[in-house]
Amino acid sequence: MEHKTCFHCGLDATKANITFDNKPFCCNGCKTVYEIFTVNNLTCYYDLQTAPGATPKEVAGKYNFLENTKITEKLLEFNSDNVHIVNLYIPHIHCSSCIWILENLNKLNKAISASTVNFGKKTVRISFNPKKTTLKELVILLSSIGYEPYISLEDYSVGKKKTNRSLIYKLGVAGFAFGNVMFLSFPEYFEVGEYWLEQYKHLFRWLMFSYSLPVVFYSAQDYFISAYKGLRSKILNIDVPIALGAAVLFIRSTTEIILDIGSGFFDSLTGLIFFLLVGKFFQEKTYTFLSFERDYKSYFPIGITKITAEGNETSIQVYDIKKGDRLLIRNEELIPVDCILIKGNARIDYSFVTGESKAVNKASGDKLFAGGKQLNGTIEVDVLKSVEQSYLTQLWSNDVFKKDKASAFTSLTNSISKNFTIAILLIAMVATSYWLFVDASKAINVFTAVLIIACPCAIALSAPFTFGNVLRILGKKKFYLKNASVIEQLAKINTIIFDKTGTITSNKNTAITYEGATLSKDEESLLKSTLRGSNHPLSRSLYDILDNENIITLDDFKEHTGKGIEAHYKAQSIKVGAATFVGLQPSKNSLNTAVHISTNNNYKGKYTFYNAYRKGMSKLFNRLKKTYDLAILSGDNEGEKNNLKKLLPSKTKLLFNQKPEDKLEYIKYHQSEGANVLMIGDGLNDAGALAQSNVGIAISENVNIFSPACDAILDASKFNQLANYLKVAKLAFSIIKWSFVLSFIYNFIGLYFAVTGQLAPVVAAILMPLSSISIVVFTTICTNIIGRKLK
Amino acid sequence: MSVIYVLLAISVIVAVGFFIAFILAVKSGQYDDSYTPSVRMLFEDELIKDKIEKTVLTKKKD
Repeated sequence: MEHKTCFHCGLDATKANITFDNKPFCCNGCKTVYEIFTVNNLTCYYDLQTAPGATPKEVAGKYNFLENTKITEKLLEFNSDNVHIVNLYIPHIHCSSCIWILENLNKLNKAISASTVNFGKKTVRISFNPKKTTLKELVILLSSIGYEPYISLEDYSVGKKKTNRSLIYKLGVAGFAFGNVMFLSFPEYFEVGEYWLEQYKHLFRWLMFSYSLPVVFYSAQDYFISAYKGLRSKILNIDVPIALGAAVLFIRSTTEIILDIGSGFFDSLTGLIFFLLVGKFFQEKTYTFLSFERDYKSYFPIGITKITAEGNETSIQVYDIKKGDRLLIRNEELIPVDCILIKGNARIDYSFVTGESKAVNKASGDKLFAGGKQLNGTIEVDVLKSVEQSYLTQLWSNDVFKKDKASAFTSLTNSISKNFTIAILLIAMVATSYWLFVDASKAINVFTAVLIIACPCAIALSAPFTFGNVLRILGKKKFYLKNASVIEQLAKINTIIFDKTGTITSNKNTAITYEGATLSKDEESLLKSTLRGSNHPLSRSLYDILDNENIITLDDFKEHTGKGIEAHYKAQSIKVGAATFVGLQPSKNSLNTAVHISTNNNYKGKYTFYNAYRKGMSKLFNRLKKTYDLAILSGDNEGEKNNLKKLLPSKTKLLFNQKPEDKLEYIKYHQSEGANVLMIGDGLNDAGALAQSNVGIAISENVNIFSPACDAILDASKFNQLANYLKVAKLAFSIIKWSFVLSFIYNFIGLYFAVTGQLAPVVAAILMPLSSISIVVFTTICTNIIGRKLK
Repeated sequence: MSVIYVLLAISVIVAVGFFIAFILAVKSGQYDDSYTPSVRMLFEDELIKDKIEKTVLTKKKD
């Protein structure tokens, strides 16, 4: 058969065989979206990009909580009688077609007056008339065209965020002043003693002075504040010599123009601040569409359905859940609180909480923990604890989540600046005392000149530009770092700890092997037909790997929840499921998930499910073992132990049945022994370990959706490149060391002029920008060279 | 009075004018999203094409 891809979403459409308007579709959902767009003349959507869409998901009832005005009020950005404005996060936004369709939403719903996409943040800001439509209708409309917004508890508590633009303002002020001061000081560089210059130089100088005022007192204020804070806690950070240099520059220049002895160094002063701020700006640019600060709130729903005493369903806010409430949990919904199952078949996926990949079945009366996801129809539960007191949320009360990792870490720049500042002060002292004997009139000049020229502009710029650039290069390779200091910490790692499920194993594939008596052709066909009727995840994966057989219509089919399935066809009967279900004694050795088969009450054999490890895992571990201590901490049972031992280097430590707190304690213990730990995990169960480790990397199959709080997010497809990324971090670190050497050379040249008492403004004006720019060029070229080596 | 005062005054006014324009642009959020507008700009053509398609469709229905 000819291979076809879905016109709407680009998935394989060969099997589905749905054709509409001469175009193939993979499912009815995609076809419906296409129909909506055709009717409303929005087919341009498909011209901008081929197959840009996503299959719409079933959302019936999911957004009922948006009927609760208390909840919607918190979500709205602007709220008046005639206009409501809401800002929704839509993970699917990925191309120009998305922007186009979302900004033409008013063609689909007349109540929408405007919609604006922010591509970087993957948000859409929609203004609508609340009298004609509701937020719920809007969200359902978006979901129906495949752009389901992601609304979580986080949106509820944050409130209205204000973007901080102060750095751009500061940079603007500094750049503006720098340009104008350069312009005004230019005549005095060369044309000294000319008639018209002599006459107007005072005016020029006072103009420069007034331009420099906002630079010193506004643009540079962060450096003064940081230096002051550093001194108070007795740390000589890099901002101390910077603040000292800037202050001396300003005071000396002002004195010079008041006493009419020189033109001052306003050009160097404004230039210095401008370059430093550019470096800061370059470093601060991060990935706006990723969130590195997530806690359980971004996983939890805002509203949940409560069943009142009279038996009616109402939507309530998650924080309003009280002990004893009766809740309704729909299929695919997250359980927000610890509770007891009352009604329905619960099949709970706890992978967020424990890392255990298999869903568990629960009978009524069993306790369910917050964080589990219901996979099998609707259930009713009675609440035991409120949200804050539930087992999962308790994890976040650990102190690890309160401390700021970056502040506890001394960067290379700051550790160098300590010795640097002391050395500079010493040189200044020695030079000044020398001149006091030789020519006392020059002494104060030399003292200030040393402090000015030693202002470590180039040193302060090396790290931001190197790390900023490496950050960008790694980002292109799908390794997203929270900020630049993570690179420095990565370079110092000596122990790497992996989580198992979802981190070194892939969620998508499982390897299945069959043991036992060979099945006949008829039996295979019966098995396949039986599995077809079951929605159990194990049945689905087993069904997919079996060869195509004739599908027969079964005479009788029965699903026993939590046990297995049973079917009859003519004289044959088949049982598929747990060991006890097919009449076998449960053996204690089998820790791996297995599906047992018996036909006509004769035991045949079992299909065993193994974890499928990510591509290149063994190779990666063998490369890493040379430089790092490796360990695996798994929340799972020991079922995979032997398999893993075969695959991984013998030195690797393997620990199973680890609870989230155990992982955290394990890392803490190793850190107390002096290890710098890199933790790689994926679920909420690793959140504590990720926060405790020196660097926590979250692995994600889809970087736009879920990842716990971490320092970096790694796209799962790039997992085998990890060793290269760690190497890049180390190389970046040595680039910085080399650029320090380079900037020290500049400082020595400058110090020569300063110590000998011949620092003219023009020398400073040339030397300072030259050193800064050459450092920027050097680091940019070097980082691009190491970036090119990456695949 | 020398012409240089006038020239300086003008240069300062022009510079400050541009500076205020920059501050206003930042304040209105122009620098918050530097990518989407570059894509949005290209949509103008598509909208015109849309109208042509519409007429074709109505003709077909006839």
